[in-house]
Amino acid sequence: MGSTHSLRYTHLPRHSRGGGNPERRALRLRTWIPAFAGMTKVCLVTLVAALAALTLTAPLAAQDMLPPAPYAYKQLADPAQERKAQALMETLRCLKCQSQSIADSDAPMAGDMRHQVRTRIAAGEEPEAIRQWLIERYGDYVSYTPQVKPITWPLFAAPLLFLALAAFLLRGRFRRRKGA
Amino acid sequence: MIAELGLAVLWMAAALAVLQLVAGALALRPATAHLAGIVRPVAILQGALVAVAFASLIWLFLSTDLSVKLVAENSHSAKPFIFKLAGTWGNHEGSMLMWVTIMSLAGGFVALIEKRLREETLIATLAGQAFVSLGFYAFLLLASNPFTRLAEPAPEGAGLNPLLQDIGLAFHPPTLYVGYVGLSIAFSFAVGALVTRDVGPAFARAMRPWVLGAWIFLTLGITAGSYWAYYTLGWGGWWFWDPVENASLMPWLAATALLHSCSVLAARNALRTWTVMLGVIAFSMSMVGTFLVRSGILTSVHAFAVDPTRGSFILALLAIYIGGALLLFALRANTVTEGARFAVVSRESALVFNNVMLCGILGIVLVGTLYPLLTEAMGVKVSVGPPYFNPVSAVFAIPMMLVMAVGPVLRWREDTGGRITWQIAVPALVTAAALLAVELLFAPINLLPALGLAIAPGLAVASVQPLVGRNLRRTPLPIYGMVIGHLGIAVALFGMASEGAFSTERLAAMNPGDSQQVGPFKVTLQAIGPVAGPNWTALEATVAASYAGAAPTVLNPQARTFANPPGNRTESALLTRWNGQLYAVLGEEGEDGRWQMRFWWKPFVPMIWYGGALVALGGLLALLGRVARDVKRLVATDKIAYRRERQGR
Repeated sequence: MGSTHSLRYTHLPRHSRGGGNPERRALRLRTWIPAFAGMTKVCLVTLVAALAALTLTAPLAAQDMLPPAPYAYKQLADPAQERKAQALMETLRCLKCQSQSIADSDAPMAGDMRHQVRTRIAAGEEPEAIRQWLIERYGDYVSYTPQVKPITWPLFAAPLLFLALAAFLLRGRFRRRKGA
Repeated sequence: MIAELGLAVLWMAAALAVLQLVAGALALRPATAHLAGIVRPVAILQGALVAVAFASLIWLFLSTDLSVKLVAENSHSAKPFIFKLAGTWGNHEGSMLMWVTIMSLAGGFVALIEKRLREETLIATLAGQAFVSLGFYAFLLLASNPFTRLAEPAPEGAGLNPLLQDIGLAFHPPTLYVGYVGLSIAFSFAVGALVTRDVGPAFARAMRPWVLGAWIFLTLGITAGSYWAYYTLGWGGWWFWDPVENASLMPWLAATALLHSCSVLAARNALRTWTVMLGVIAFSMSMVGTFLVRSGILTSVHAFAVDPTRGSFILALLAIYIGGALLLFALRANTVTEGARFAVVSRESALVFNNVMLCGILGIVLVGTLYPLLTEAMGVKVSVGPPYFNPVSAVFAIPMMLVMAVGPVLRWREDTGGRITWQIAVPALVTAAALLAVELLFAPINLLPALGLAIAPGLAVASVQPLVGRNLRRTPLPIYGMVIGHLGIAVALFGMASEGAFSTERLAAMNPGDSQQVGPFKVTLQAIGPVAGPNWTALEATVAASYAGAAPTVLNPQARTFANPPGNRTESALLTRWNGQLYAVLGEEGEDGRWQMRFWWKPFVPMIWYGGALVALGGLLALLGRVARDVKRLVATDKIAYRRERQGR
């Protein structure tokens, strides 16, 4: 039963706050808490305090293994460039999340992609060129703006069709009234 | 015992639904008309039995009966009381039982109090309601039994997804479900009226309170869900065009259209087929939503567990009900005449126009939600997101709002533009002035937020215009309802546009003692320390936020860690002012020991949800007004009947 639970819940948090040290901190707490389940709340608080102090003081060696992505949680200095980057990030999908843009996610992959977008914008690349670069790497799925291709034609035809249908419905109704 | 009791009454209720359907159908034939008498009592009893089944499940969750599979898989003895209670519907089986419970209670309620309809139409309606319920009983009993026991009681429950352990779970699903299921009543009314060929003003007047009620709950459910996502996801987004959100928006759009066309039918005896059609579409959208959310076709926090057989089951139900209703509609539509006529410039025309626009938005949302699923089935994954939905729905929404501004001041049947020159000119001038101000003062703003900021004030002015020149004390409640509802749309639109145009974001790595400027706020990180809740531990930041040099307010964003089941959740801290919200999130600890803090200043963002609440309040006032008038009329007819009886003696 245990295995089915972990399977069912691994996908559930909308942002998996993985990667950085809170995950590890959480893991440590998680393995400790059941052992002390009978403890009073006061003891638990002390324990948490001790663990937190530990993580505050001990820089984690494993952290260096991750690729550095300073712009995942850092804005560009130039407000105009940052605005451009933000606008682009809001239209790119976080591939590890559920219906969230990379501008809305704690997932490490979203952080890496934000870093990519910000550094490329800072280097003077155009947002659409960056989108194309990401689409080449991850496929059309990464872009919340559907690309115009034969497979997406119905998406763009739909509004026109609905407009035509609306015009037809309204015209029919109003012409009949005039005739009456 | 409790689980067995729950299951037994659920089976009995299903049996009663069969009886209700068969007796109702037979009662429509002259030879067996005497069966009509049992339909109402059966419907009431059926509602009562399902309520007992639902109460049993709640009891099992509250007492954490770990011999029941559903409880063991979704609850935990150390969970706070409110989440044990709300956890009853925080899983697939429980939420489906809640769906059936609300549906049958609503059916029982109709049987108990509905007196305005022709008895024959009411019996057909109740039979239709039993037919719909029956599909869901089958789904519940055959494919998702909530009362299954475990061979061995589990030592401890698996707990509830941390994201759902929020007070929002106690309100958001029940309100939304009442809305979804309330539309099943509208559907049954439409089917009943088609069967007995009784589509007219009396039918619309009888159906309207139910549609209004469902629509109020849908509005509240969507508003609450949006605010919940906003504060719990930790990035300040309030609407993601997520398929699950769309699944709740589509029934709302259809119900909004239905509500307005119902008014036309009740007041003017026009738009008969259109109203019936919308009744069918509205509930179909509820079913499509249920299919999307419950089938496991989407991965979502709403999906709970993935099981393909359930998907096919719901798809079959969807085909039976929607297909059946459309077939009935096709067969009977030509027997329903379209009703009274009206001129091009008239209130009816404005309502028809907006009905068509609402259906246009509905179509866009439907296509945008389903099309990626279709391409995925063909092996191509595409994403449809805000860059598609926002502009394309605006194509329909903007003309709709312009017409919405003048519609309420137009006369029924026939009017001239000349009569209402002033009522058009004033909001138009306000909108033009707002557009000019936005362009001059806050230059680089995207087109859609700029249009929103311009249209909202004009629409606000226009929405109160129907009150001008009226005796405010004698104005009927439904008029106030309309004014407040339309004003709510303007308020929400302003909030959305302002959030889109003026939000400021500040991401910063901070040491305790550091300060940052976020819009007009100066925020200082004072300390970070551990805290513990009933079933979680957290790191909590103490942030002092001072607005434009004023005395600081303390905010405490947290990063929570849950043990059962394991999971993390950011707990954002919000500081609400009249002119906006400061949103603070505690992120991770960086390599250099500084903390990743995220802040947003979102001017006027709460107006989105205030607007939603106003829309619901408008609906409530209209509902109260309608019901009060019906009660008055009933009392008056009773009095007349009583007097006649006395005079007769």
